[in-house]
Amino acid sequence: MRLLLVVALDGLTYASWLFLVSAGLTFTYGVLRVLNLAHGNLYALGAYLGATLVLRYAATGYTPALAYGLLFVAAVVVGLVVGPLIERVFLRRVYSRDEEVQLLLTFSISLILEDVVKLTWGVNPVFAEMPYSYLGRVRLGGINYAWYPFLLTAIALAVGGLLWLVVTRTRLGKVLASVIADREVSLTLGINVPRVYTWAFAAGAVLAALGGALTAPMFSLAPGVGAEVLVTSFAVIAIGGLGSIGGAALGSLIVGLARSAAVYFFPELDLFAIYLIMALVLLFRPQGLFGEIEVRRI
Amino acid sequence: MPARAPTAILLFLGALILLAAVPLVLSGWILFLLTVAGAKALAVLGVVLLLRGKLLTFGHALYYAVGAYAAGMAVKYFGVREALLLLALALLAGVAMSAFLGLLVARYRAVYFALLNLAFSMVLYGMLLKLYSITGGTDGLGIPEPTLAGFELGGSSLRLAMYELTVVLTAVLVYLTYRFFASPTGYTLRAIRDNEVRVEYMGVSVWRAVYVSYVIAGGLAAVSGCLIALSVGHITPDLSFWSQSGEFVFVAILGGTGSMLAPVIGSVLFEFVRNYAFELSPYTWQMTLGIILLLIIFFLPGGVWSLTALVVRRGSR
Repeated sequence: MRLLLVVALDGLTYASWLFLVSAGLTFTYGVLRVLNLAHGNLYALGAYLGATLVLRYAATGYTPALAYGLLFVAAVVVGLVVGPLIERVFLRRVYSRDEEVQLLLTFSISLILEDVVKLTWGVNPVFAEMPYSYLGRVRLGGINYAWYPFLLTAIALAVGGLLWLVVTRTRLGKVLASVIADREVSLTLGINVPRVYTWAFAAGAVLAALGGALTAPMFSLAPGVGAEVLVTSFAVIAIGGLGSIGGAALGSLIVGLARSAAVYFFPELDLFAIYLIMALVLLFRPQGLFGEIEVRRI
Repeated sequence: MPARAPTAILLFLGALILLAAVPLVLSGWILFLLTVAGAKALAVLGVVLLLRGKLLTFGHALYYAVGAYAAGMAVKYFGVREALLLLALALLAGVAMSAFLGLLVARYRAVYFALLNLAFSMVLYGMLLKLYSITGGTDGLGIPEPTLAGFELGGSSLRLAMYELTVVLTAVLVYLTYRFFASPTGYTLRAIRDNEVRVEYMGVSVWRAVYVSYVIAGGLAAVSGCLIALSVGHITPDLSFWSQSGEFVFVAILGGTGSMLAPVIGSVLFEFVRNYAFELSPYTWQMTLGIILLLIIFFLPGGVWSLTALVVRRGSR
């Protein structure tokens, strides 16, 4: 029973983290129809910057409570600086070209960012566990569990709720829906589509960096984390359906619980479990659980 | 191309003889570099073949590693030492694997195709790492010097033989791939690039063309991986890592997709550039690749191969 509780809690933690990262990837794809292969690198940038800020701040000895704010600052800085830079300078030039060219473009940016991280932070692991240990632990149903994962889950829920509100309840949401449905008609309606693209890309970048910054206190950081994050979050959004926020939420939950169950019961299957689920879902429902079938135009 | 076919074949044969004669002039590390380049060109050839059908894969290293590990396992568990047999086994393993995964993957296009392949290659990477007792984990497997067609060769004569074997094998497979591309299925692949739905309306099976191409690309990469395993003598799970797949894509774009010879040119160019750039500054290697890739995307969409077309056009004028 206790083991099950641990599995569920770990799964929930993992799912929250997955949701933050994959929501950004799926959102960007939903609006721009470009899968950002540099998403994992934005995650890494957010994580490293967050860890650095926290470590610097911890060294000053002020109250640790403010360190949490710094994690958000790191995410927003990375997202709003690097995101628009990628979209405006590079991506914008290839919207009219083949899809594989767009993928190649984000791939080359991913390669560049990979080394930017290595050059800036070196190859030694970076670990800023202060925000994690500061919250302490809680006794729950006979087990001793840290508070921090609950904070992560709360933030993931808040982000998901915010996204849902924006998409369904605001004018911006209507603008997004119109751009997604038809870019050219949106232009004639007076919507500044290029600006929507820039902001949508930046929003995805902020979410990636936020996912990174918030996990920085939980795991030590090492180079190469970007690819793993990209692949895992792609599995999540492929399960949920590309472009669907709700799909990302469900996909995160499924993958999170499956992975945590695998870690405890079948450690060898660990990563395998994720792709097994993805393969099964794609086999029977190629567009993902919440995905829409694309109309094929001749 | 078809109109100048005899010239092309003559050029091809000339280049082949020239390459086979390289050891007379050069030796040592350049020979090894060319062996590696020639071997890897086969994996890139598979990537190019798929790209011709508008299919971009970020997991082709999967089959590269399958080929290498098929050879490694055969050596470790069955004591096979014959290079030709190992190559055949690797090809078989690669074809079997791609025929199986292709059943799922060939149904997908674009982003899905690219990342499904990536996901499978990372699964293999994870398995190779974790199944320590079978695959040797991060230590990898050592591959002792093989025999070639029954001959015990050692040291420099083996390296020479591996070079010649690579040149011949690469030439043959490049030619066969070229023939495949000129076949009805190959033409279907070209048509898919333009408009997949119309191809289906013609009554041609798109799935079949994609599947067959995928299996061929998988087999090519497996042979490539086996050649590398035999030449280098050591294999690690990194063969299946995403950066290896990325490298294949990079070389494919660098060489260009305009010809089946482009991967060979791209591959040789790449190995030489890497040899120097890596020594110059190891920490910016990926960044260098990224920047070159950006430059190609924006300024030379046809890759290095498109430069040769420029020369030919100017010459014929």
